[in-house]
Amino acid sequence: MNRERAAWGFVAPALIALGLFFFLPVVAALILSFTDFDIYALADIGNLRFVGLDNYLHLLQTPLFWKALGNTAWFVLLGVPLSIAMSLAAALLLDSKLARFKGILRTVYFAPVVTTLVAVAVIWRYLLHTKYGLVNWVLGGIGIGPIDWLGDPHWSMPAIVLFAVWKNFGYNMIIILAGLQTIPEELHEAARIDGASAWQRLRHVTLPGLAPVLLVVSILTMAGYFQLFAEPYVMTQGGPAESTVSILYFMYEQGFKWWNLGFASAVAFVLFAIMFALTLLQLRVSERWMR
Amino acid sequence: MKRIVAILLLAILGSCANASSQTVIDVWAMGREGEVIGDLIPQFERENPGIRVRVQQLPFSAAHEKLLTAFVGDALPDMSQLGNSWVPEFAALGALEPLDQRVAASADVPRADYFPGIWDSNLVDGKLYGVPWYVDTRLLFYRRDILKRAGFDHPPRDWAEWRRQMVAIKKLVGPDKYAVYFPLNEYEPLEILGLQAAEPMVTDDARGNFGSAGFRKSFDFYLGTMRDGLAPVAASTDVANVWDEFDRGWFSFYITGPWQIGEFKRRLPPEHQGEWMTAPMPGPDGPGVSNAGGSSLVLFKSSAKKDAAWKLVRFLSRPDIQSKFHALTGDLPPRISVWKTPALANDPYSKAFGEQMTRMRATPKVPEWERIATDLKLVTEKAARGVLSPDRAIDDLNKRADETLAKRRWVLLRQKRQGDAS
Repeated sequence: MNRERAAWGFVAPALIALGLFFFLPVVAALILSFTDFDIYALADIGNLRFVGLDNYLHLLQTPLFWKALGNTAWFVLLGVPLSIAMSLAAALLLDSKLARFKGILRTVYFAPVVTTLVAVAVIWRYLLHTKYGLVNWVLGGIGIGPIDWLGDPHWSMPAIVLFAVWKNFGYNMIIILAGLQTIPEELHEAARIDGASAWQRLRHVTLPGLAPVLLVVSILTMAGYFQLFAEPYVMTQGGPAESTVSILYFMYEQGFKWWNLGFASAVAFVLFAIMFALTLLQLRVSERWMR
Repeated sequence: MKRIVAILLLAILGSCANASSQTVIDVWAMGREGEVIGDLIPQFERENPGIRVRVQQLPFSAAHEKLLTAFVGDALPDMSQLGNSWVPEFAALGALEPLDQRVAASADVPRADYFPGIWDSNLVDGKLYGVPWYVDTRLLFYRRDILKRAGFDHPPRDWAEWRRQMVAIKKLVGPDKYAVYFPLNEYEPLEILGLQAAEPMVTDDARGNFGSAGFRKSFDFYLGTMRDGLAPVAASTDVANVWDEFDRGWFSFYITGPWQIGEFKRRLPPEHQGEWMTAPMPGPDGPGVSNAGGSSLVLFKSSAKKDAAWKLVRFLSRPDIQSKFHALTGDLPPRISVWKTPALANDPYSKAFGEQMTRMRATPKVPEWERIATDLKLVTEKAARGVLSPDRAIDDLNKRADETLAKRRWVLLRQKRQGDAS
C-alpha cells in the first residue's frame, strides 16, 4: 500500500504534465473540430456554433484538401523508400571495413540533419534555380535541358522530395548504423565460410538482422513525411498552382492564415486517423513478414 | 529593520511617481516603416515630455498572425500600424477603437484634407477605425520609347485605347516579347480591374458578385491580353529580374506601386532613365480607379493609454511630419496639402500617383476579402492557362466566395435578428 502510494507520488508530476500539456489540448482540439470556431467567434463567443461532423464532411468536399492529400501521398511514396534506401546505403558504407575517413563521412552525412532547415532551404533554392542553379548546370553537362524545378508544377514536388531526403537521411542512417553493429560478426563469418557471396550475405544475414530496426525507421520516416510542412513553407509557399500544398500546410493556412480553427482541427484529426491506420497496417504487414 | 522598510516604501513611492509622470505607450510598426518611425519618435518625445514611446518592429509577412494572436492573448499594444485592408477584420473582432469623436475634436486631423478613397477604406459600417498613414495604390509603369515607336505620344486613357496600344506594341516587338505583364501569382492587377467595374465584387448580403456585367468585362479584358499573346502566361517566379526584363523591352506596361519608383531609378541603367514613366490607370470608359491600399494608424480598445497614443497619431498625421516621412521612405502621404510641397509636386514619377489618388476605391470591406482575392488569383491562373473556360471560372469564383462568406451571412442574420428583438 505504502509502496504503491509512493510510486504514484513519483509518477504524478509526469502524469500531471502529460495531462495538462498533452491530453487536455488534444481533447480541446477534438471539441474544437466539432465547432465552426473562427474570427467571428473570437469577437463574440455567441457566434460559435456546434456543427457536429460538418467540418469533416466539408473537408471531404474540399478539392484543395484532396489535392493536399495527393501531394502528401506523393511525397510519402516517393520520399520514404528513397530516404530509407539512402540511409541504408550510407549506413552500409560506413559499416563496411573497406570505407575510409568514416568519421568525416559520418559528420558529412549527419550535418544536414542538424543544420537549420530555413538556412539550407535558401541554399537549395539557389541550387535549383532554373537559369543559374548548380543542379541544372550539371544536368546541362549531360545534355538535359534546364528544368524549372520550383516553378513547374510537375517538378516542384520531386524537387522538394530531393531536398527533404537530403536533409533527413542522416538521422535514419545513425539508427540503421546502430542496428548494423548489433548483428553478430559470427553470423557473417559463418555465411562467408559457407560460401555466401556479398549479395547473399546482405540478403540473408544483414537485412533479416536489421528488420526490427527497419520497421522502426520506416514508421518514424512515414510519420515524419506525412507531416511535411516547413519545406514547402520556405521553398514554394505551396505553389506553383498549389502543387506543393501538403496536408499540414493546408491546416496551417486554414488555422493561422484564415483563422478557421475549427476546420483546421478537423484537418489535424483526419491526418491523425490516416497516420494511425497506416502505422497499424505497417505493423500487421511486418508481423507477417517477420514470421 | 524599520529603516529597510522605510527605504523600500520610498523606493515604491518613487517608482509610482515616476510612472505617473511618464506614460509609456507601446507601438507596433512593420517593415520599412517600422524602421523609419524610430527616427520620428525623438521629436515627438521632445514635444510631449510626459510620454515615452516603445516601438516594436514586425516583419510584414508575420504581422497579421502576430496581431491576431495578440488579440486572442490580450497582448495588443496601445497603437499600431495596420494595413487598411485588415481594418474590416479587426473591426469585426471588436479590437479597434472607433475614432470619429477623436477626429472631430482634433483640428489637426481634418477629414477634408485626406484623399476620399483612402479615408473611406478606414470606414466600416460608417464608423472610422483608422487614420490613413500612407497610401499604396498601383498604376501603370510604361515604356515611353516603345510606346512612341508604336505610334502613340501619350499613355492610355481608357481600355479601348490601352488595347489598341498593346496590339501596336506587340506588332512592333515581335513574337518573343509582350506588351503587358500581369504576374499570375499576384491578384492585385485583376483586383484593380475588378474595382473599376460599376458593381461591387461582394454584395452587401455577403455573396460573391463576380457574375456581374462589370466584372465580366474586366475579366475578359484581363484574360484577353493573354489569349491574344499581348501578355505572357507567366508568374513572377518565372521572371528572374523584372527590372532587367522591363529594360530589355520584354513587356512595356506593368501595374505596380510607388515603392517601384525608387527601384526603377536605381536598377535601370542611367542611359535608359528617360525611357520609363508612370501613368494613372485607364478605366473601362475614361480614367479609371485603382485600389486604396496602404497603412493606417489605429488604437486598440484594450489600451489604457488611448489619449497618449492618440497624441502620437496626431503627431504622425501632421503635414510637416508626413513630408519628413515621405523623404525617409518614399511612401505616398494621404493628405492633399502635403502633395503641394515641392518634393512631391515637382517629381515627374509621383505626379501620376497624385492624380490616381483622387480616384481610389477600397477593396470589399469584409474580413474574408484576402481569402477571396487568393481564390481570385488561383482560379484566374487556371483560366489563363486554359484549364477552365472563362464562364466556368466565373461560376467557380462565385461558388468559392459564397462558401467563404457563409459564416458572415449567418452572423449578419443573427445580428439582424437580435436587432429586431431588442
